[in-house]
Amino acid sequence: MGFPLLSLVTFLPLVGVLIILFLRREQEAAIRWVAFLTSALTFLVSLLLVVNFDRTEAGFQFVERAAWIPAWGIDYFVGLDGISLWLVLLTTLISAIAILSSFTAITERVKAYYLLMLLLQVAMVGVFVALDLFLFYVFWEFTLVPMFLLIGIWGGPRRVYAAVKFFLYTLVGSILMLLAILYLGLQTGSFALPDLMAQSGRWVGTAAELWLFLAFAVAFAIKVPLWPFHSWLPDAHVEAPTAGSVILAGILLKMGTYGFLRFNLPLFPQASRTMAPIVAGLAVVGILYGAVVSFAQDDVKKLVAFSSVSHLGFVMLGLFALNGIGIQGAVLQMVNHGLSTGALFLIVGILYERRHTRDMDRFGGLWALMPLYGTLTLIVVLSSLGLPGLNGFIGEFTILQGAFASEVLGWGYTALAAFGVVLAAIYLLTMFQRVFLGQSRDPANAELAHQPLRWHELAVLVPILVLIFWIGLHPNTFFGPMQRSVEAVVGFLGGSALAGW
Amino acid sequence: MDAVLDYAFLAILFPIIGLLLNAFLGDRWRERGVAWVACLASGAALVVSLLVFAALLGRPPEARLVERTLYPWISAGALQVPFALRLDPLSVTMMLVVTGVGTIIHIYAVGYMHGDPRFQRFFVYMNLFLASMLVLVMGNNYLVLFIGWELVGLCSYLLIGFWFEDLSKAAAARKAFVVNRIGDFGFLLGLFLLFVTFGTLEFGPIFEMAEQSATVVLAGLTLPMRDVVTIITLLLFVGAVGKSAQIPLYVWLPDAMAGPTPVSALIHAATMVTAGVYMVTRSAVLYEMAPLSSGLVAWVGALTALLAATIAVGQFDIKRVLAYSTISQLGFMMAAVGLGGYTAGMFHLVTHAFFKALLFLAAGSVIHGLQHGMHASAASQGAEAFPASASPLPPPDPHDPQDMRNMGGLRERQPLTFWTYTIGALALAGLPPLAGFFSKDEILADALERNPAIWLVLTVAAFFTAFYMGRQLWLIFFGRPRTEAAAHAEESGPVMTIPLILLALGSVVAGLINFPGPHPFADFIRHHAAPFNPTVALTSTVLALIALGLAYRIYRDRLRATTDPDPLLQTARGLFVGAYNAWYVDRSYHRVFVQGFYALAAFLARPVEAGVIDGTVNGVARLVRRTAGQLRRLQTGYVRQYALAVMVGVVAIVAWFLLSA
Repeated sequence: MGFPLLSLVTFLPLVGVLIILFLRREQEAAIRWVAFLTSALTFLVSLLLVVNFDRTEAGFQFVERAAWIPAWGIDYFVGLDGISLWLVLLTTLISAIAILSSFTAITERVKAYYLLMLLLQVAMVGVFVALDLFLFYVFWEFTLVPMFLLIGIWGGPRRVYAAVKFFLYTLVGSILMLLAILYLGLQTGSFALPDLMAQSGRWVGTAAELWLFLAFAVAFAIKVPLWPFHSWLPDAHVEAPTAGSVILAGILLKMGTYGFLRFNLPLFPQASRTMAPIVAGLAVVGILYGAVVSFAQDDVKKLVAFSSVSHLGFVMLGLFALNGIGIQGAVLQMVNHGLSTGALFLIVGILYERRHTRDMDRFGGLWALMPLYGTLTLIVVLSSLGLPGLNGFIGEFTILQGAFASEVLGWGYTALAAFGVVLAAIYLLTMFQRVFLGQSRDPANAELAHQPLRWHELAVLVPILVLIFWIGLHPNTFFGPMQRSVEAVVGFLGGSALAGW
Repeated sequence: MDAVLDYAFLAILFPIIGLLLNAFLGDRWRERGVAWVACLASGAALVVSLLVFAALLGRPPEARLVERTLYPWISAGALQVPFALRLDPLSVTMMLVVTGVGTIIHIYAVGYMHGDPRFQRFFVYMNLFLASMLVLVMGNNYLVLFIGWELVGLCSYLLIGFWFEDLSKAAAARKAFVVNRIGDFGFLLGLFLLFVTFGTLEFGPIFEMAEQSATVVLAGLTLPMRDVVTIITLLLFVGAVGKSAQIPLYVWLPDAMAGPTPVSALIHAATMVTAGVYMVTRSAVLYEMAPLSSGLVAWVGALTALLAATIAVGQFDIKRVLAYSTISQLGFMMAAVGLGGYTAGMFHLVTHAFFKALLFLAAGSVIHGLQHGMHASAASQGAEAFPASASPLPPPDPHDPQDMRNMGGLRERQPLTFWTYTIGALALAGLPPLAGFFSKDEILADALERNPAIWLVLTVAAFFTAFYMGRQLWLIFFGRPRTEAAAHAEESGPVMTIPLILLALGSVVAGLINFPGPHPFADFIRHHAAPFNPTVALTSTVLALIALGLAYRIYRDRLRATTDPDPLLQTARGLFVGAYNAWYVDRSYHRVFVQGFYALAAFLARPVEAGVIDGTVNGVARLVRRTAGQLRRLQTGYVRQYALAVMVGVVAIVAWFLLSA
């Protein structure tokens, strides 16, 4: 075992936590900067993972393993492959952005806020690097607590309702997963993912496989959220502070799709094939349903929240195409959604801080008042609606092409899902029109002309915009390293096709 | 000379450099600097196109196909798409049209947009459009074509809604984008099917395989290649129907006239809207294998040509007439390529680019002149009350510089505009020896040879074309000025009139590129050319003359005041009102699709989402609470206690497992 780079990336934010603990409550500026610099440093260190990543390797890299609870066969076991690589980087980037975006928005209980943000980051990175299922579960549940508090303390008027709903709904889902994890551990004597994959012959092809698949699937489906398990999401988003929404949409939802890819597909390959039409069907319903309901919203944040249901539907469709094209598209689309929807929430936050409303009927004509802000928003909107040349298109096209070529799904899935591309143009351009075009519908908007974007508001958007163009124009930077790892997953799925139930 | 071909990508790069310079530095420069950068970028792209053209001409005809890969764009599993260019006669024809007409229109726009507060932004969009359109026509595979395809749609959106403070313009922009997206939905499905059929999206290998293999295995079934190609071509055509404004998706184009006039000329007449025709021609190999698809293309084109031509007769807005005329002419091109007359279709695309761009720019000059007239006469005129009109149609808005009823007699005030407009109108009407005569007659000759029914439809459409252009000429330029503004209209400056003259020149001589007999253009793009058919030429010329004469008889001196009803209202009242209302198609779409979608969205958001889906979740929660009524004391409301309970449960389960193991 060489230098524990992965653990460093995971736990580096704890250094910031320690420093902030020693700062006084009133030293708000210092607290902010410590938090931001810690997360920024973590992001820079995480870039080393890309630099040192061996893209010819399909398995896990940067592996660290140490006994944790030997009596139960539980290890501290982390590692990275081409799939989790990008999700870890997304997490470190979005976390730093979320912290920076809070500089002016959060004025109460500053110390507690940044402590929670840093703790949340540790847990999220942990989820994506954990290779021991028990360790994964610990990180997974640990993300709930800071998020619950972030919504519950710094949220909007109905924050308590939204926070409790978020907490209970996702907790209920994960309990089944815990049972499944315990069952697997007891069956094989190990909670390590590679061991479980090696021994999956024990349950693959039995009735147990389907039950295990479902137990994991419920936890992940709620997190994604897969239609119809999504109704916690709009409430959580609307009530959460901006940074909370950014993290929720950017990273926490990806834990669900990541879970499907990391655990359901390789551990339960036959069940995955059996269930693929159902899961993909729900995904397609989500794509269309999320888009139409999104259109009906007046609260712009709720619109973005429902659009996530639609976008995550694409990711799920790509995963359950169960082929290399679809899964690579899905992984890229996880990153894309994190960037584009994260940016949309940042953009909504910028407006909300100035006008204290998100009702689209009270805006209009903002492009004339804030030209730069309008242009940046338009680019993000176009990225989100899948304009070629930007990131969203690459993900959606690849996913749809994968679904179309899939052996387990019919062409109808793709045909219906592709109509989501039309609907995305409708709800997103309508949103842009209601907020930015025409004439202002509220005299209070006039003051916006005197409040141009501040440096930190630009600083959070610029890196996202760079990536939006980068992924759109040169996606192979991101496809390249994940290729072998995705092939490995597909190998697991294909191998099981030969064995009967 | 061949080395030029390695640098063809510069045609795309120059406009990109131009737009980046103007976007990031343009606000430091005055209008003049922005204009120079944008026009030079466009001119440089034109030079590159000319050099590429020369380089291709320098090669033997069978070697005029060069492909250059810039970089591997998408590699995801089996999906491999390079960012690669294809230089051949077809793409270089389009490059020349796009950059040639594009550069002229850039120069014109310097004058037209003078003084607009968003002058800089306008030219950023224009350069972006050039780059996108060049990507569309230069790509060597369907996906690169599709990037350009959607990006020109974006430019169209941005430029239709350029004056976005006017919500109706913003709405027109959104409508254009969404309607195009509906077409693109079909196009995308076509791409997916192409890929699973051929394993690639590149033109060359696809066409080769399509011709060589008789069957294809899809989803375990062995299917005849013809049938699969038929489905593919139908799906691709859905995209062309959107982009090239054909039935039933043409409704966005008339509204697109909300954009500045140079945009209408460049994007919504000369170039972008012809992308569908280009795409079908590019896919000629596939369409020729699929008679069902090409037959549909031909009929959709012919019917669109006729329908739009009848609507154009009933319009009063100078640009709306031209918009419906464009839809109609695109129908001609589509009918031609559907009948296999690729040469005729592309030839008409080229000549139409000249004379329709000319007509739009000249219309812009008229509008500009009238606006000046309005400023000049505004001082002397108060708010004028118009007498009630006997017409069933609303009277013109006296401040609308685009309503032809507010014009009249402009030939004296704007002689240059008048003469160039007339050349454009006669070219469109198809009078010899103007460019439109040659290209349209080639389409008609092809049609008569292959499908007389379509020939008949197109000939009737051509008759209407000459009639509505005649009507327009009389209403705008002849008679006496019907408003103070028209009486005070001014001729535009040279930056606008010189482009008019250049385009007028093109509209006169462009017919030479495929002059009957030698047919140089047909040889160049290596498709068949219909031999010159004197009967067809004579019929259509005589019909055009009759139509122009009829327009003269009907409209001469009949509209004296702005409120005078259109003379056609007396002779064919129902038909004219129908044409004025575009046969109510748009209105029906609105009622069925737009309002239907609103209703669906409201239904899903309220009863379904809030009621059923979230209601179930909250209902379950409530049920749990009620049944736990006795255990109320445990329900403290503290999540940490719930969590503790969960942990206790977990420990219990673990213990149970450990003990039982």
